[in-house]
Amino acid sequence: MEYAIIFLPLIGSIISGFLGKKIGDKYCQTLTSLFVSISGFLSLLIFYKVFTQDYSSNKLIFNWISSGSFQVNWSINVDALTSVMLVVVSLVSSIIHFYSIGYMSHDPHKPRFMAYLSLFTFAMFTLVTADNFLQLFFGWEGVGLCSYLLIGFWFKKPAANAAAIKAFLVNRVGDFVFAIGIFLIFFFYKTVNYNEVFYLTGTSIFLNKEIIFLGIKFNLISLICIMLFIGAMGKSAQIFLHTWLPDAMEGPTPVSALIHAATMVTAGVFLVIRCSPMFEYSQTALTFVTIVGMATAFFAATIALVQNDIKKIIAYSTCSQLGYMFLATGVGAYHVAIFHLFTHAFFKALLFLGSGCVIHSFNEEQDIRSMGGVWKKIPYTYTLMIIGTLALTGFPFLSGYYSKDAIIESAYLSGNTIGYYGVTVGIFTAFLTAIYSWRLIFKTFHGKFNNKKQNLKSIKESPLIMLLPSCLLAIGAISAGFLFKEIFIGTDSQNFWQNSILFLQDKNHEHAPTWLLAITPIIVIIAIPVSYYLFIKNKEILNNFIIKYKIFYNFLLNKWYFDELYDFIFVNPFKKLGLFLWKKGDINIIDRYGPDGISKLIKVISNKAVNFQSGYLYHYAFAMLIGFSILLTYLILQ
Amino acid sequence: MIEIGLQHYLILAAIIFTIGIIGIFLNRKNVIIILMSIELILLAVNINLVSFSIYLQNLTGQVFAMFILTVAAAEAAVGLAIIVIYYKNVGSIDVEEINSLKG
Repeated sequence: MEYAIIFLPLIGSIISGFLGKKIGDKYCQTLTSLFVSISGFLSLLIFYKVFTQDYSSNKLIFNWISSGSFQVNWSINVDALTSVMLVVVSLVSSIIHFYSIGYMSHDPHKPRFMAYLSLFTFAMFTLVTADNFLQLFFGWEGVGLCSYLLIGFWFKKPAANAAAIKAFLVNRVGDFVFAIGIFLIFFFYKTVNYNEVFYLTGTSIFLNKEIIFLGIKFNLISLICIMLFIGAMGKSAQIFLHTWLPDAMEGPTPVSALIHAATMVTAGVFLVIRCSPMFEYSQTALTFVTIVGMATAFFAATIALVQNDIKKIIAYSTCSQLGYMFLATGVGAYHVAIFHLFTHAFFKALLFLGSGCVIHSFNEEQDIRSMGGVWKKIPYTYTLMIIGTLALTGFPFLSGYYSKDAIIESAYLSGNTIGYYGVTVGIFTAFLTAIYSWRLIFKTFHGKFNNKKQNLKSIKESPLIMLLPSCLLAIGAISAGFLFKEIFIGTDSQNFWQNSILFLQDKNHEHAPTWLLAITPIIVIIAIPVSYYLFIKNKEILNNFIIKYKIFYNFLLNKWYFDELYDFIFVNPFKKLGLFLWKKGDINIIDRYGPDGISKLIKVISNKAVNFQSGYLYHYAFAMLIGFSILLTYLILQ
Repeated sequence: MIEIGLQHYLILAAIIFTIGIIGIFLNRKNVIIILMSIELILLAVNINLVSFSIYLQNLTGQVFAMFILTVAAAEAAVGLAIIVIYYKNVGSIDVEEINSLKG
């Protein structure tokens, strides 16, 4: 069963990728969607088995690397954590496979697209089913590659190519540090298998081991954890390494939904949760994780407030929600983080698919300033987006409510200063989230119709093949929190997670005071009329505010000037360096004296040699004589 | 009178040899002269062989000289025949104009 889950998407991808031209678009789409759906169904079965029978297994595929003491297997390791990820990935992936059939209906490269999507699913599966760090890294790079391919899917758009390269490069920074983390693990532990590493971490030799790295003394476990976490920051678009995520929205919308909202970007969170047996022993690393998570949650939310591209708003929202997840892991509530990951996958994918429908209806328009007043024309899309927004903002009894409140609660329960900061930032960010989400809804669906390129009558509802998958996600977004709350974060949740998550202290199951838990829902509900008033009824207030605080507004609109800063510090100097090495180093020195020089020399010499070949007999005779005399002289003198 | 010894013969042979060689590549006029120069070179070799044969009291050298004379005669015959055919085909045996070896 596990084999089928992993390999069906790969087979689908290979068939669709290499034989796509022969078997036709229709078959490719059906085949890949079907295969991934089967995987999804089997994943649900596994999840059910894990839930009812505490099932876990480790199936070997083959011995990947065997070199001295370095033993790495490719295997399928299933435990509670993996089963949750399998369900998330395969369900969202299969839904998005179906959605893509509709969304990409006008695209000439359908088989290629489906092949990439399936390949991504396969890579993500190998990532979550790894039983050692190297296989994890393989999957990690695999999903990065697919992300690159899919962002640049419309390769004729220069912006898409630039975004793809940016995503790849920014991820490279994270991956580099991540790789150092793995090297450190192997260097000190002599193994990269989870079980052995996690077992050894608990022993006293490793707990107090200190090493000198870059001239500074570190606790070994803290150092490794921070290295791993920086890798996770790259993939999960945390502050400083987040710049690729908004740009990645250049790709097709299903890709944004699958890779850049629901699954790939959560790989970082998964990594931290998977390594909970190490992070638990390092308070430094946990504090670092919390701070980064908090900062990202807050800063991405502020940027999302003023963006005008519908997909970018949701992208920053993703960034912000990932921050929440890291905040949860940072305060040691790994199960809450994975719960938020789980619910977030549903509602964020739903939001993206909904915005895909909007973009489709508006004929590739993405600017929310050119939308508005269409909620009666596209009622289904409207409903889906409302559900997604309610779930995202944490409206009571939808999925986001349970997970977000749980994060704030566990931050409070952690009981230290950083936890209280987390509570404050969490609540404030929840308020910002509500504001920007409702701004998106009101600007897109309400108010005046602002599009100059087409008239209101031409706005049509999207086809059924796009709406139906979104409806499935909507069901998930409504009910995932309510249904799975007890399993994931209830009092008996440890029974479910078993050994996949380690808690050093037993989680206390007290609850935070009711007033604290009530703050978020109340704020979220208040935010609805507030944003309606601000964005529809009385725009003057905002306009005045923008004029008055122009600098502040521009600061947010330009995304805290991160891109400009990076351009200044990294991109431009490196561009100049690269240009210098290319123009001066390569062309002027290596080429000039290397290949070009030699070929020129040969040309000159052969031109001379041609003159030698005169055709006159006496020239040849003379040459023979000279040669003979030289030979003779040499022999005699010897 | 000077006693005529081996080295005189050798010097004579060397001189004839050099004349032959120089005749080959200084000559710009006639292919026949090249043939004659080759005869000269062979003659120089013969002189060497014969004089060494006498000097060493060994007849083998003179036998070789006889062979070379025969081969030289045959060679001259073949060479002249080629020149005749060449003249018939091209209409000139001017060395300056023979450069069809040039690719």
